[in-house]
Amino acid sequence: MWKKKDLIGIEELSKEEIELIVETAVNMKDILKRPIKKVPTLRGRTICTLFYEPSTRTRSSFELAAKYLSADTISIATSTSSVQKGETLLDTVKTLEAMGIDLFIIRHSASGVPSFIAKNVRAGVINAGDGMHEHPTQALLDVFSVYEKKGRLDGLKIAIIGDIFHSRVARSNIYAWNKLGSEVIVCGPPTLIPPYIESLNVKVTYNLDEAIEDADVIYVLRLQLERQKKGLFPTLREYHMLYGVNSERIEKAKKDVLVMHPGPMNRGVEISSEVADSLISVINEQVTNGVAVRMALLYLMLGGKGDEDTV
Amino acid sequence: MYFQEKAKIMDKEAIKRALRRIAHEIVERNKGIGNVVLIGIRRRGVPLAQRLQKILKEIEGVEVPVGSLDITLYRDDLNLRLDQPQVGKTDINFSIENKDVVLVDDVLYTGRTVRSALDALMDIGRPKTVQLAVLIDRGHRELPIRADYVGKNVPTSRKEQIEVRLEEIDGVDEVVIGEWKED
Repeated sequence: MWKKKDLIGIEELSKEEIELIVETAVNMKDILKRPIKKVPTLRGRTICTLFYEPSTRTRSSFELAAKYLSADTISIATSTSSVQKGETLLDTVKTLEAMGIDLFIIRHSASGVPSFIAKNVRAGVINAGDGMHEHPTQALLDVFSVYEKKGRLDGLKIAIIGDIFHSRVARSNIYAWNKLGSEVIVCGPPTLIPPYIESLNVKVTYNLDEAIEDADVIYVLRLQLERQKKGLFPTLREYHMLYGVNSERIEKAKKDVLVMHPGPMNRGVEISSEVADSLISVINEQVTNGVAVRMALLYLMLGGKGDEDTV
Repeated sequence: MYFQEKAKIMDKEAIKRALRRIAHEIVERNKGIGNVVLIGIRRRGVPLAQRLQKILKEIEGVEVPVGSLDITLYRDDLNLRLDQPQVGKTDINFSIENKDVVLVDDVLYTGRTVRSALDALMDIGRPKTVQLAVLIDRGHRELPIRADYVGKNVPTSRKEQIEVRLEEIDGVDEVVIGEWKED
């Protein structure tokens, strides 16, 4: 049973809550396979996506999930909103709430913004990525994708490769897999691994071959080129040589290994096209599963909250 | 809160007889079962539909397809409820296009579940006809819906509750009437 008004991070979720979301998503995915991809569940509910950072897949995934459940959606592009006139973030949200928004989906480059908004509005808030903090729905769709392929969530070995330092996706995934009872190993150049990461109950290695040995899942992170102005590694070519996941490396991995990537990919940098388009890659399915998981969340957060119980 | 039973209104044999009669009525009304498919409304409609399938096979020698329908996402009272029904699986792995669909449920009460089921069905395909079979009709309709096949009509007050228990889910076959009481 879901009791939370908001979803700010995986850190605050219990194992049971993660499992409930995955279980609900399994049934939501059936709707995506139908010719009529629409159910009336959230008719009359209004959802607002408020993105202060660019995004294609997360925002459209949320909007489609809402539409498939018959909710109304509005999408605020901050570049053309009153934010440009100097309106504060909280005033923007309060104004929209006064128009009847039931749920905000917020992305912001500063960590903690969704949590701050959630404390100040009655409507629900979902964190769609905040700074270097968390990206909970990405981790949930990753968990769901692994569940679909492996049929279980515990006892797995998950190798997360790349720019751990800047990655909110990595952080949310670490929380999720730890809670579910799987083992996490992180790997990347020393400059892109945050100090004290071991305190999150993960193993660290700087050797890619060691990381992917025995791994059930190889989770490749996007090299966030827009955040690499400080010269944290010498060249893209060298990065690919040392940390790029290519077919040569995959040959040394388990036969039934899954390769995942949250997208968008830098082909030829963190992952080769050969691997990205291969049969062990579930990258495209992750995108489909993103819609199913977000439908599950919207249903759990907005379906069934009233003042009295009538059957 | 606890459930105080007042009377058992059907036992295993009575349920069996009622389903057998419904099966015969389905055959008669549809002039055979060549075009019939059974769809149980989750949860207890599903084992009832499976039992009807077995009886129909005994009578006509034909195995009609059986599916299960979860109507959680089609409920019109979601925003009135404090508790949140868990979404179940809809499993209909055959086409219902132009078929005579017999919807099967355990209890017919307000009619809202059936309305939701009709909406859900129409999103899956366009049946030729939709018929409704229920084990118990307890009255108190809020919508213009009636069953085509009824195992037993049980006049009830709104305070009363009908509990259909089936072996597949509850480990016992019986229908009881009772009331929820405060501790």
